Amino acid sequence: MDIIMIPPHHRMARRARPQRITWLARVALLIGLLLLAAAASAERVGGFVLPSSQAATAATCVEPTEYMRRNHFELIRHQRDETVYGGIRSTKHSLAGCVTCHVGHDGDGTPIPIADIGQFCNACHRYAAVRMNCFDCHATVPVGEGWNQTVTAPSAPTAQLADTALPPGHPSRGQPAPDR
Amino acid sequence: MNREAETTATDPHPDLTSPPSSAPAAAAVDQTRRALIGTAAGVTAAAVAPGLVLYSNANEAAPRTDPVSDVHRWGMLIDTDRCATGCTACVTACDRENGLNLQAKPLGDDQDKWQNQRATWIRKVRLQDNLTGRMTNLPLLCQHCENPPCVDVCPTGASFKRADGVVMVDRHTCIGCRYCMMACPYKARSFIHERVEQNLSRAPRGKGCVESCNLCAHRLDNGDISTACADACAHEGHHAIVFGDLKDPDGPLRQALAASPNRQIREDLRLNTGVRYAGI
Ligand code: HEC
Ligand code: HEC
Ligand code: HEC
Repeated sequence: MDIIMIPPHHRMARRARPQRITWLARVALLIGLLLLAAAASAERVGGFVLPSSQAATAATCVEPTEYMRRNHFELIRHQRDETVYGGIRSTKHSLAGCVTCHVGHDGDGTPIPIADIGQFCNACHRYAAVRMNCFDCHATVPVGEGWNQTVTAPSAPTAQLADTALPPGHPSRGQPAPDR
Repeated sequence: MNREAETTATDPHPDLTSPPSSAPAAAAVDQTRRALIGTAAGVTAAAVAPGLVLYSNANEAAPRTDPVSDVHRWGMLIDTDRCATGCTACVTACDRENGLNLQAKPLGDDQDKWQNQRATWIRKVRLQDNLTGRMTNLPLLCQHCENPPCVDVCPTGASFKRADGVVMVDRHTCIGCRYCMMACPYKARSFIHERVEQNLSRAPRGKGCVESCNLCAHRLDNGDISTACADACAHEGHHAIVFGDLKDPDGPLRQALAASPNRQIREDLRLNTGVRYAGI
């Protein structure tokens, strides 16, 4: 029973331990670790910005990119409480702002829901095995007048969306719920 | 706390019975009352048009950069005599403003059940006095109590009162227990029962949370001192809703409150509501 529970390499290690851990084993371990590290640093992080998004034309994110990769959720969460409790709408870490700038567009310039499979937020979160439910409530495309979309560039394809309802045939209508 | 003692602009308990350009802060109780009687009798000529709900506050005409404070307390006066039978302009405007019109009836639900269950922030209520037959219309919404029972009972603190008096739900901490719905004497809160497919950027909404009128907080926070319902009512020519700052003695709301007799619904509960009604 016990034996079954233990992963194979542990079993090997246990067998080896009473005898000797040779210099050879040590070197092998070292090489293994080095290889792992090399693989990790060779793994490309980034490149999630969609060519069809406003972000592709913007020079920078709201904070340095490297910082955003690691800390965007802290920023958004902080912004959330500032907005909900303090009514502060002017700051640049608004979730609606992320959506406006990062949402991708199809050939006709229609925005594609940002949490759909392969879209900006989803692509990286799949890769990083992150699940979040923010888009159960929050609009995945800019819809309606952007009260807290202070970073919206006037040239954005969606900035002019003035109606409060989604137009018929809008891509986020009747879509199967993607992995959010 | 002594409610009658102070009437300064930052008074957390604005004495709504004092006249618009209120006397010095420490007016004695009976003086204030006398002033009220005088005002009620003679002020009509000085009162601003009751429909005048928009006033600009120059230094607030941009998205907020600093947290809301208790300098303002937002509220309303609803004149039921002006609330027209059959008119639902306020309800429709609220629905559109806050994305409530995007809710879809779940497949298989019958229409009556859906009408009962769909989230509404304003209900149009019709009252009949059984003795006299007199009919009264009024829009009933969150009364934005100073002492809100919904906040008292909330186990997570999701139901809260913002510093400027707006009672709302932080749906990031709401667990959907619905105690607040039970506690509210005005039946002002709704629960989202089903997954919501369409949302406005400014009005996120999702399954499992309670919500209610937030006095169009997104407007206020962007320096637009108005609500969709008051605007719509004025647009229809009824001017039954005056929105404004309860703490601004010279503002349109205080002027309107001082100009006509008005009361709180269920004032016996001593919740000190921010929404007041005339004509009931
Ligand atoms: C004004 C447009 C704009 C807004 C608003 C914006 N971003 Fe960005 N974002 C960018 C750009 C441009 C880049 C790419 C920068 C680069 O290439 O170094 C980027 C990069 C990123 C990256 C790194 C992507 C990668 O490929 O590694 C993340 C993560 C990110 N943004 C998250 C956010 C979040 C979260 C928000 C909302 C708080 C947000 N962004 C708001 C423009 C924006
Ligand atoms: C149950 C629905 C719901 C869920 C789930 C939800 N939110 Fe919200 N969120 C809201 C509501 C309602 C508001 C208030 C909107 C307003 O006043 O403009 C809001 C506001 C915000 C704001 C401020 C407005 C903006 O766009 O910047 C941020 C930031 C935010 N939420 C972040 C999040 C994050 C991050 C998550 C996921 C971890 C999340 N929310 C999940 C309902 C939700
Ligand atoms: C470059 C990759 C990347 C991109 C692009 C990205 N995220 Fe993330 N996100 C992450 C990682 C990694 C985590 C988990 C970090 C952790 O838990 O330590 C995360 C976590 C989060 C969380 C917290 C989830 C939780 O429940 O704790 C939120 C909220 C979030 N991301 C929002 C967004 C939004 C909104 C976008 C699109 C605008 C986005 N992210 C795009 C990598 C990314």
